[in-house]
Amino acid sequence: MSQHTRAKFQPSGRIQFGVFFQGVNSGTIWKAPESGSQTDFESFRRIAQTAERGLFAAFFLGEGLRLREHLGRPHALDVAGRPDAQTMLAALASVTSNIGLVATQNTTYNDPSDLAHRLASLDLLSGGRAAWNIVTTDNAWTGANFRRGGYLDHADRYVHAEAFVETAKGIWDGVYGTPRLPRSAKYRPVLFQAGDSPDGRDFAARQADVIFSAHPKFDDAVEFRADIVSRSLAAGRGANDVKIMPASEFILAGSEHEAREKKEWVRSLQIGPQQAIAYLEQFWGRELSAYDPDGPLPDIEPAVDETSETRGSGFHGAKARELTAQWRAEAAEKGLTIRKFVTSRTARVDATFTGSYSSVADTLAEYARVGAVDGFNISPWLIPTGLDDIVNHLVPELQERRVYPTEYAGNTLRENLGLATPVRSASLVPEPAR
Amino acid sequence: MSTSSEGGRRGFLALELDGDGAHPAAWRKARHAPDDLLNGARIRNTVLAAESAGFHAATFADGSLDEGSGIAGRLNALQRAAFAGPVTSSIVLVPEVDTVYTEPFHISTQLASLDYVSGGRAGWLVKASTSAEEAAAVGRAVVSGAGLAQEAAASVEVSRKLWDSWEDGAVIRDVPTGRYLDVDKLHYIDFETPADFAGQRYAVKGPSIIPRPLQGQIPVLAPAGLLAEADVVLVSAPTLELLADELAGIRGRTGAAVVAELDVVLDSRGQSASARLTELDVLGEWDSPRARFVGTAAELVDVLTDLLVVADGVRIHPAVLDVEFEELAQLVLPELRRRGVLKPVSPGGTFREVLGLGRPLSRYSSTVTVGGSVVVGAEN
Repeated sequence: MSQHTRAKFQPSGRIQFGVFFQGVNSGTIWKAPESGSQTDFESFRRIAQTAERGLFAAFFLGEGLRLREHLGRPHALDVAGRPDAQTMLAALASVTSNIGLVATQNTTYNDPSDLAHRLASLDLLSGGRAAWNIVTTDNAWTGANFRRGGYLDHADRYVHAEAFVETAKGIWDGVYGTPRLPRSAKYRPVLFQAGDSPDGRDFAARQADVIFSAHPKFDDAVEFRADIVSRSLAAGRGANDVKIMPASEFILAGSEHEAREKKEWVRSLQIGPQQAIAYLEQFWGRELSAYDPDGPLPDIEPAVDETSETRGSGFHGAKARELTAQWRAEAAEKGLTIRKFVTSRTARVDATFTGSYSSVADTLAEYARVGAVDGFNISPWLIPTGLDDIVNHLVPELQERRVYPTEYAGNTLRENLGLATPVRSASLVPEPAR
Repeated sequence: MSTSSEGGRRGFLALELDGDGAHPAAWRKARHAPDDLLNGARIRNTVLAAESAGFHAATFADGSLDEGSGIAGRLNALQRAAFAGPVTSSIVLVPEVDTVYTEPFHISTQLASLDYVSGGRAGWLVKASTSAEEAAAVGRAVVSGAGLAQEAAASVEVSRKLWDSWEDGAVIRDVPTGRYLDVDKLHYIDFETPADFAGQRYAVKGPSIIPRPLQGQIPVLAPAGLLAEADVVLVSAPTLELLADELAGIRGRTGAAVVAELDVVLDSRGQSASARLTELDVLGEWDSPRARFVGTAAELVDVLTDLLVVADGVRIHPAVLDVEFEELAQLVLPELRRRGVLKPVSPGGTFREVLGLGRPLSRYSSTVTVGGSVVVGAEN
């Protein structure tokens, strides 16, 4: 492609799906009779094979490095207990044939040589279907489970991550000597990245093949696309080189009315009374079980000496007072109970597509037409049946509108995402990351 | 030579499936194209064939290959085992996993996950890497001597504690109280390396991020002398005679299951084992610490029958996997089964069952058994 065409973004006119089996989150309903196991292999097999039946491009797994905590003890209310991503994906590779297998892996508590080797191994084992979703962590709380312990300054996390990724690419390219494994047919694992800060976006524009974005809402998605296109060009890459797949949730039914009713039911199970109280407790830093989930927000002040680094208690001290006062005012003004307020904050408000199969298909077709995204990474709210209605009803509607694949383009993830095979840059000899 | 299983002891057979075989020149005699070694089809075919032949366990060596090994590389052992999990139903899957230059928390999660994808058929062959290359790759100084055993012991203890850190039944899904987990059944392990630890000391907080493995505790295999607390000890000696002596000696000193390590070269397709070995040795020198059997299938049946009197199992290292396997599957295992010296293979069984081990309660459990009866709420 000439420099001229590489510089202009061309909408593909199509969208694709991925599925994110989250394993640890509040969005997965465990209270319904059909809620299945989070650890049995059959749950993984069922989701992956359903996704493959629906021609999904990718199956994602998260990475767990420390159990979430709440007020100093493991958090009890949400699904938890997450198997190792690459081990599960290696197992899934034997019972699937086309779907991409994406492992979220941390650059702080993994070692570049070990991680690069295992990703290369998964890529060969799966016939070129492996991908790495690059994430960074900077807290010592997680480090307590690792020999390498320690933590990074928040500002340094992308500096470290980029050195790590360059090292991994160098290992795959044989920059540091003969690689332990040959490359798969499609060069190397596909790279996903989810950073959203300016540093994170630049990092993705330089390194990633696909951005797992947080911008599924139409206007937001269009704006994000424009931003990534300009950052990609600034990084010397083509306007279409970085694919975008936002996180999303789908609540679908035969009619609009049914879909809205279903949404009420889904939300009531996602945010039960205990989850609502626990959510506030993270920010108040103290126990609030005496408060009625269907009553107003707590009138007491948050504990100001809370210094736990537990993931989820995002801020401390004076900031907590300021925020909780603001919330109280907001809830009072809108007449929201604790439960309704927490639901409005935690449900994937922007990321949820609710409606009939045909109306949602119309909406997604518009994303495809303008090229707002390349696809959606769907978090099912039910395991393992959560993709069934998407694959059985939404996918055919999208195919009728000619905005969704009708077959896999090939056997490798690179082919199925429409990614070019990158040119090996052996002249680059990065400093190894440690 | 004994020809029956007097005393009713029956043993198990494991097959090492790494690469093209144990002999460094095995790749020259492999019955597949060189490009077909490092892919899923090769793993599926070899493990399924081993399962159909009646092997109780498959093992997968790991680590960086020596220079000039002749093959293009080695896929991660734990991934190979995991890949085989969903397509098999009875064969035990035992990857070798290093304990020196790896993160104990990751290993523990990976092995527990292997137990889930295999329905409780996971084992762990503990390795203490002596590779300078592997040390350099993670920026550590080379560990040697007594330090190796310390590293292995610490890593295994971390895994065992993490596997127990979720008691059975910690996932309660209690709708009325909104609790998915019973937090009283989750435990911080607060592991610390001992004061005399030769390497840089470390700590692991826990709990695990995955519920207790299906087997409760995954069986741990280790070469004799590496790990005091192994469930299975692998015994090597330079000759068959020394091997038998060594097995008897170790068996008297340990409660662990004892497995004999044996290199095997067999007559094949009209060519004698010794002629084949000569050919292979011309192509590359075979420097192995294990006893070596070179001969006919019938002779091997006798040797294995004798070994299984003094050992709980034998692990076979085929000189050339494709070639030796054909003889083992067609001539050796059927005759051993006829003689009744092999344990029956049970689809859906666990590795602990093969070893005759019960499923232990978590060490953190508040439910303990005393004299065979269950006591609830005892101090832990």
